[in-house]
Amino acid sequence: MRNITAEAATAATKTAGAEIAVEVRGICKMYNEVEALRSIDLDFPAGKLTTLLGPSGCGKTTLLKIIAGLIPATSGEIRVNGKTVTGPGPERAFVFQDFALMPWATVMRNVAFGLELKGMGKDERQAIAAKYIAEVGLSGFENKFPHELSGGMRQRVGLARAFAVNADVLLLDEPFSAVDEQNRRKFQEDLLELVEKEKKTFIFVTHSIEEAVYCSDRIVILSRRPGRIAQIIEPEIDRSASPDAIRRDQGYLDTVEEIWQGLKHYVD
Amino acid sequence: MAFPAQANGSPRAVRSSEGSFFWRKLSEHRTALWRTASIGLFFLAWEIAGRIPISFAFPTFLETLDAFIRMTLDGSFLAAYAQTLQPLVIGIAISAVIGVGLGIVMGLSRFAEWLIAPVFVVLQAAPMAALIPLITFVYGIGLVSKTLAVIMLALPVIALNGYKAVRNANPSLVAMCYSFQGSWWQRIVKIIIPDASPVIFAGLRLGLAAGFIGVILAELLITPTGIGDLITYHRSVADYPEMYAAVVSIILVSTLTLAALEAFELRVLRPEKRRS
Amino acid sequence: MTLFGYRVPMMASLLVWCVIWEIVGRSGAMFLVPPLSHVLVAAVALVQTGTWQAAALTTLNSFLIGMVFAIVVGVAIGVLMGRSVTADNLLGIWVNIFVSAPLSALVPVLMILFGMGETTVVVTVFLFAVWIIVLDTRAGVQGVPNSLIEMGRSYGASRATLYGKIILLAALPEILAGIRLGVVRGVKGVVIGQLLVSIIGYGELFELYSRNFDMENFWALTIILFAAAMGLSALIESIEKRVDYYAGVR
Repeated sequence: MRNITAEAATAATKTAGAEIAVEVRGICKMYNEVEALRSIDLDFPAGKLTTLLGPSGCGKTTLLKIIAGLIPATSGEIRVNGKTVTGPGPERAFVFQDFALMPWATVMRNVAFGLELKGMGKDERQAIAAKYIAEVGLSGFENKFPHELSGGMRQRVGLARAFAVNADVLLLDEPFSAVDEQNRRKFQEDLLELVEKEKKTFIFVTHSIEEAVYCSDRIVILSRRPGRIAQIIEPEIDRSASPDAIRRDQGYLDTVEEIWQGLKHYVD
Repeated sequence: MAFPAQANGSPRAVRSSEGSFFWRKLSEHRTALWRTASIGLFFLAWEIAGRIPISFAFPTFLETLDAFIRMTLDGSFLAAYAQTLQPLVIGIAISAVIGVGLGIVMGLSRFAEWLIAPVFVVLQAAPMAALIPLITFVYGIGLVSKTLAVIMLALPVIALNGYKAVRNANPSLVAMCYSFQGSWWQRIVKIIIPDASPVIFAGLRLGLAAGFIGVILAELLITPTGIGDLITYHRSVADYPEMYAAVVSIILVSTLTLAALEAFELRVLRPEKRRS
Repeated sequence: MTLFGYRVPMMASLLVWCVIWEIVGRSGAMFLVPPLSHVLVAAVALVQTGTWQAAALTTLNSFLIGMVFAIVVGVAIGVLMGRSVTADNLLGIWVNIFVSAPLSALVPVLMILFGMGETTVVVTVFLFAVWIIVLDTRAGVQGVPNSLIEMGRSYGASRATLYGKIILLAALPEILAGIRLGVVRGVKGVVIGQLLVSIIGYGELFELYSRNFDMENFWALTIILFAAAMGLSALIESIEKRVDYYAGVR
C-alpha cells in the first residue's frame, strides 16, 4: 500500500510516468453560499480504476458530475485527453446511481440509447448493444423492461449502455448503492473483470470503504465539506488472486482499517 | 346474490383451505366476486328503497332496468348519444390538441409557464360552469355552443396536467440524455415526452370526465338535445323510470369510457405497471 | 421567471391578462367583454346591493352545509374503507365511479326528489365534494405505517385514542388535500346546482344578468365568484402546508 499525501499528490502521479486520462485543475464549486469543493487538483491515470471516497456530503458526486460536464464548476478546469471539458463529450460515459433507465424502453433500446442519440442505424447499434449486453451477463434479457429486472441487473444495463458508446473514461456514481449486498459483491467481481478486459479509465464514486479498497487501483479520500483531498492511497493488492482470497488478504484488511481510522473523525 | 358475498365473507378461511380446488378457483376471481356483490347490494338497496317507496319520484331498480332495456332496444338511446357524443368528441379532440400543446410549451419554457400557467390554475379551480349561459349569446344553441362548453371544462385540466408532466420529467433521465450528448430536440422527443406521456394521458382522462359534465350541463341548460333532452323530457311528463334510466346510462357510458382509457393507459403507456 | 435580474412572481402574469382584458374591452370588439375597470366598478357597486348580499348568503349557506356533510361523511367513509377490507371492497367501486361521473346529470333527479330549493343545492354540493374526500382519506389511512398503529397498541391506546390521536392525525395531510379538492368541486357543485335550479342565490343573478345582457354585472359576479373559489382553495392550502412537514417523514 502506498500512501501519498495530498500536497505531493500531483507530483507523485507525474513521476509515476503513467499516461494521464483526466486532469482536474483547481476545481471549486459553490452552491449559492455553500462551498462544496475547494481547489481540487487531481490526475486520473489512464486504464486504472480510481475511487473517490468520502463521508456523505463531501462533494464526491459533485466532482464526478463536474468531470462528466453535467454541472459547471465555479472555477477551475477539467481536461480529458488534454482537451478542456465544456460539457458532456463522447470520450466520457456516465453510470447513474439510480440507473436512469427509460421505463418505457426494453433492455436492448436502453443499452443502445447512447448510439441512437448519435444517429447510428438500428441494426448497427443493436449489434453493438447485444455484444455489451452479453458482456455484462444479461443475454436473454434483451426484450425485458427495466421493471422486470432486479436492482443489480438494472445497473448492469446502465453499465452496458456506458460501454456501448465506447468512451475512454467511464464515470460511475455510486453504482452499487441501490443494489442489495449479495448482488453487489458479485457485481464488484464482474466489474473488475470488465476493467481488466476493456482497458478503460474508470472513475468511481462510493461511500463504502470495502468496495473502494476491493475495486480500486487508487483511492482519493475527500474531506468533509468543503471537499478537499485528504489522502490518496494506492492499495497494493494482488488482483490475480481469487475474489475470496482478496477479501481475506492482510493488505486488503489493513488498508480498510487505515482508511476507517482516517475517516472516523468525520462521523458524528 | 347472497352466495358470493358469503364466499368472500372470510378471506382468511379461503386462504387456509387452499387444498380445495373450489376455494382456489373462488379466490382467483375474488375481485370480480366482490364487484358483483357490491353492485348487487347496491341494486338491492335501490329496489327496496323504490318499493317502500321513499318518494313518488323514485322508481324501483327493476322498473328502471325495464325502461333502460326498452330505450336501448327502441333506439332512443342510440339517437340521443349520436347527438351527445358529437360535441363531446369534437370538444375533447380540440382540447387535447391545444391543451397538450400548451402544456408541453409551458413545461419547457419558463416564460410561457409564467404567462399562461396561472390562467389555467385559475380556470381549473374556478367554477367555469358559470360562463355557460354566456356562450349561448355568442354561438346560439347549436353544436358550437355545446362544443365550447366541453372545451371550457376540459381544457384547463388537460393543459395543467401536460404542463406538470413535462415540468416534472425525471431529472435523472434528462441528465442521462444530456450526458450522452443528446440534442435539445432529442431530449424533448426521446426523453421528456415519453416520460410525461402517462401523466399527459391521465390529464386527457380527467379532461374527458370534465367534458362529460360540460356536455350534460350544456344539454340541460342551453339546448334540450341528446341525453339531456331525454332526462328533461321524461321528467316533464313524469316518466321517472325512463328519466332514471337516461341518467344511469350517461353515468354508465362515462364510467365505461374512462375505465377503457385507463386500461389502455396501463397496457400501452406504463409497461412498468403492467402485470407480466 | 426572472426579468432584468428580478424574480417576477408566477401570479403576476395575471396582471398582464387583466391589461389585455381592459384593452379588448375598451376596443369594443366584443360586446360580451366590457373593460375590466367597468367590471370592477360594477363589482364594488354590486356587493353593496341587498340582492347580491342575499344571494351570496344563500349560496354560502348551501355551500357550507353541503361541505360540512361532505367532510364528515367523506372522512368517516374514508377511514372505514381504509381500515376495513370488506367496506373497501363493497364501496370502492361506487366511490370510484362517482368521483369521475358526470354528476351534473344527477341534478335533475335531485330536483324532483328534494324540490326546487336550497336542499337540492346542498345535496349537489355534497355529491360533488364527498367522493374525492373519501378517496384521499382512504389513501391517507392506508398509508399510516403499521408500526405506528402497533406502537399505539403496545402502549395501551384505546380504540378511540388510536383513531383520534394516531390514525386521523397521521392521515391528516391526505385528508386536508382531499378537503381542498372537495372544496374546489363543491364550489363547482353549488354553481351548477344553482344554475340548474335557477331560481335561487347566485344562479338566479346569473340568469337575470345574462338575460338582460347586463355584461358588467355578469362579469362582476363571475370575478367575485372566481376570487372566492381561489381564496378558499388558497386558505386550505395554507393549512395543508402547516402539516406538510410530517407528511414526508411518517
